[in-house]
Amino acid sequence: MTATTTSARSDLSELGRSETALRTFLHGLPGVDQVGAEQRAAQLGTRSIKTTAKAQAIDLAIRMVDLTTLEGADTPGKVRALAAKALRPDPADPTCPHVGAVCVYPAMVPHVAEVLRGSAVHLASVATAFPSGQAPLDVKLADTRAAVAAGADEIDMVINRGAFLAGRYAEVYDEIVATKEACGDAHLKVILETGELATYDNVRRASWLGMLAGGDFIKTSTGKVPVAATLPVTLVMLEAVRDFRAATGRQVGVKPAGGIKNTKDAIKYLVMVNETVGGDWLSPDWFRFGASSLLNDLLMQRTKLTTGIYSGPDYFTLD
Amino acid sequence: MSERVAVRKTYKLFIGGKFPRSESGRSYLVQSANVSLASRKDARDAVVAARAAVKGWSGATAYNRGQILYRVAEMLEGRREQFVALGVPGGEVDAAVDRWVWYAGWADKLPQVYGGANPVAGPYFNLSAPEPTGVVAVVAPESPALLGLVGVIAPAIVTGNTVVVAASPSAPLAAVTLAEVLATSDLPGGVVNLLTGRITETAPTLAAHLDVNAIDLAGVTDRELATELEAGAAENLKRVLRPVPADHDWAGDPGLGRMTALLETKTVWHPKGV
Repeated sequence: MTATTTSARSDLSELGRSETALRTFLHGLPGVDQVGAEQRAAQLGTRSIKTTAKAQAIDLAIRMVDLTTLEGADTPGKVRALAAKALRPDPADPTCPHVGAVCVYPAMVPHVAEVLRGSAVHLASVATAFPSGQAPLDVKLADTRAAVAAGADEIDMVINRGAFLAGRYAEVYDEIVATKEACGDAHLKVILETGELATYDNVRRASWLGMLAGGDFIKTSTGKVPVAATLPVTLVMLEAVRDFRAATGRQVGVKPAGGIKNTKDAIKYLVMVNETVGGDWLSPDWFRFGASSLLNDLLMQRTKLTTGIYSGPDYFTLD
Repeated sequence: MSERVAVRKTYKLFIGGKFPRSESGRSYLVQSANVSLASRKDARDAVVAARAAVKGWSGATAYNRGQILYRVAEMLEGRREQFVALGVPGGEVDAAVDRWVWYAGWADKLPQVYGGANPVAGPYFNLSAPEPTGVVAVVAPESPALLGLVGVIAPAIVTGNTVVVAASPSAPLAAVTLAEVLATSDLPGGVVNLLTGRITETAPTLAAHLDVNAIDLAGVTDRELATELEAGAAENLKRVLRPVPADHDWAGDPGLGRMTALLETKTVWHPKGV
């Protein structure tokens, strides 16, 4: 695979100072071999993970789930129920781990915070005019501050795709830096919305841009456009975080979101993480799944492994 | 010109409107043909397909379901010779066609016969209507190969259920050929799913599966297996149809029992007004 060798570049933190330096750097990243990336992702998807390995993978995947609801129809009652499910995904089985985080709109953060208080489940909020990101910067920052003030300890921001695709990288960079500042202690996940970036080269550039600007996580998608997370896109992003750590020593997490609906898919991602960036990322601190229906399938598969009987959707909550 | 080599058919499973091989890759030799040997994972996939089809099929109008079942009879009639070539007696094919037509007619009549208005002590209309129970697992009778199969599938699906059928292990060719008929009869994919292979392998999975609502043990001849399957079905209180005696006359009047056994009753109260 194409590796990005940046060790020679001594100080990446200087890049943000000028549009030219940023552009030169991002366009200097090696291009992604599209066919190679897709083939590699497909090949990693054929691994067979069974029995005890599968049980471990399922528990790990449950711990990595960012249980998400981002609907116009979200109500305080619905998000509270979701938060309760995050704490105890399978009420019938106390050995079932809790999920990584709950992800909601800023207006719903206080209701979720009430339920999650004192637990190890994180509370993520989307911000910065999610999902389009088409709002003035001060509105986006106010959005972010409000979510943090309400109790979110993770912020999922969207990058300004309009500016990115137009080549105004510094603008995107500055927005991420400003949002990171507005986050304070909260973790910042940078949503690239890869479905709108058109090429893997752009995904690689956006990944680096997000990391250079200080993102703690890079996330594939909002889940609001037709093309969400795919294996090849996640592969490109995983390579980016690997190369970024090699170059700077800072580890950045990855979160594929949208379209991951069943256990089989989730395990394919875990295999890819292990084979691309290694065991360091196989933890909820460094890899997350943005998903809603995935959790129920994981629970059903978990039940099958513990009881030997196939379960059905009737036995798990809808959201 | 070299002599033409005939194309031999591979008999495969029927799941979700498609004809896949067994995920296990196995097959077995029966009736001089290679037939897929379904695994428990194929059974699982079939239940997923059947569950996915419930909403559309049970939501279709009774009239529409009747039309589609009648279409099955038409298509079966057209394939008469093919079944005869597989060793099914011509008379049995005719009886099977007639059986489809008979059940097709019940589609929009059963709710009238089996549902109705209940007298209640108050100013309400109180109406009971039959509803399909959902996904039904069926162990098809060993024989007659075609008529027995039609006799268990048609009564289950006419009311809006979807089925996963474990075909007779010794005579699966007629079953797979019937699946080809169903695939070309406007029947939505997943309403009927067919597994060929060992009953001892697929039936226990289906009996214990929590997403299956009823199980029809028509073709189970082994009493111990029948007990095991009923015990598995008890886990989520499935509706169970007990095994049918080997000397049962499938050509006789089927009655309404096989249809009504796979129904739930929905009762609604509606104020009469002044």
